Amino acid sequence: MPSTSAAIPCAALQRFYEMIGTIEISEPFTKEKFASLRAGQKVLLSGTLYTARDQAHQKLAVALLEGKDPPFNLRGALIYYCGPTATPPGKAVGSCGPTTSSRMDAFAPLFLQQGIAGAIGKGKRSARVRKAFRQHKAVYFLTYAGCGALLSGYVKKKKRIAYPELGPEAVYAFEVKDFPLIVAFDLQGRSVYDKG
Amino acid sequence: MRTIDARTIEQAVASLCRQANTVLRPDVLSALKHAYLNEINPAAKDILEAVIKNASVARREGLALCQDTGLPCVFVEAGQEVAFVGDITKAINRGIAAGYRKGYLRNSIVRNPLVRGRSVFTPAIVHFDIVRGSTVKLTVLPKGFGCENKSRLKMFLPTAPLDEINDFIVNAVKEAGPDACPPYIVGVGIGGTADYAALLAKKALLLKVTRSQGHRVTRMTEKLERDLEARINKLDIGPMGLGGRSTVLAVRILTYPTHIAGLPVAVNISCHSLRSASAVL
Repeated sequence: MPSTSAAIPCAALQRFYEMIGTIEISEPFTKEKFASLRAGQKVLLSGTLYTARDQAHQKLAVALLEGKDPPFNLRGALIYYCGPTATPPGKAVGSCGPTTSSRMDAFAPLFLQQGIAGAIGKGKRSARVRKAFRQHKAVYFLTYAGCGALLSGYVKKKKRIAYPELGPEAVYAFEVKDFPLIVAFDLQGRSVYDKG
Repeated sequence: MRTIDARTIEQAVASLCRQANTVLRPDVLSALKHAYLNEINPAAKDILEAVIKNASVARREGLALCQDTGLPCVFVEAGQEVAFVGDITKAINRGIAAGYRKGYLRNSIVRNPLVRGRSVFTPAIVHFDIVRGSTVKLTVLPKGFGCENKSRLKMFLPTAPLDEINDFIVNAVKEAGPDACPPYIVGVGIGGTADYAALLAKKALLLKVTRSQGHRVTRMTEKLERDLEARINKLDIGPMGLGGRSTVLAVRILTYPTHIAGLPVAVNISCHSLRSASAVL
């Protein structure tokens, strides 16, 4: 059971939840739109997300390093670290929550160089990756971790884009409506994990 | 002697896979609701609310609680007066494959850990225990790997002070940080051998996370559990690492006799979506 001792809540988050409220953002995901976001802020996002996790990252990285065109336009794209379950009949998508972002840390700077607008996952990133997000003016978002069933309700369409042989690790385009996110790294270099 | 057909085992396992992955354990749900009520951090409360809602959506729509439907761990407690007809391990894996396929659960297993390649549904990790009696208890624990990756094992000196062991367990949670989906359930195995301590840590996740029913532990381990829960919940990691009182829902410890020269301690962390389901045949 949780302790009853008083913990110090993250001040930035508290400010957000009590005063700033939720922001709605839709495509295109431009730096201008993202500039106003603050770490700790809740965002309801509509538009296209591209899923990619470990194996898709590796394949995309190899393609980029060999000078080949990636299977979708990375510029302005939002990458979702997610490997969904199969889609049950009558649904747009199966369970589809975020996976641990840090496993993608080795690849993230390369993707950021290619101009992705941001990434969505769960958990902390390395210092190098945090710096790369700031340098390339991209946003790192969190979404409700371990809530794949709930999040499936915000995905209206799923389309396979690349690497079908990877099964759940293939790249899928998700058309999302009001997909709930929390800003983890904003364009000013603030992080939701900095307590204060 | 009672006989149980492999086909019966297969069907039972298939049904347990779907149950475990779509219906959150009532004790875990109850602990989450308690954590929600006890939480004052607004972000933590918001996230816990989403986690509780997720459980009701999953149950209502028959959807997987989490897209990581885990590496299925199967525990078989086979009564010694039961004779199995057919290949039981094969039957278990067939049941896993059928349950996962029909339940639209994720194929998250690669056959070769080094070559990787196409992911499939099986094999499960199967543990057999021979027990007294003429029944068979089957438990399916689909273990997500975000949290399995945070497992720790340390061989302590037999003279190690308890504080050192406590620090090791607390540090395992600190190192997991927000990555493995807190609030966690921390399984701890103390004693035995290196491999056995790791198994105990995993089995500790099968104990009820709510204490009201009383689980079979000594007074000493229960005190340890309570002390660790209090210490870990002061770390201010909280749901998704955004702070709060709810970093663990419970710590559960299993112990076993060990060698005079050693003191193995294993930690197996579960995310808030601790899923398991059992049936007695």
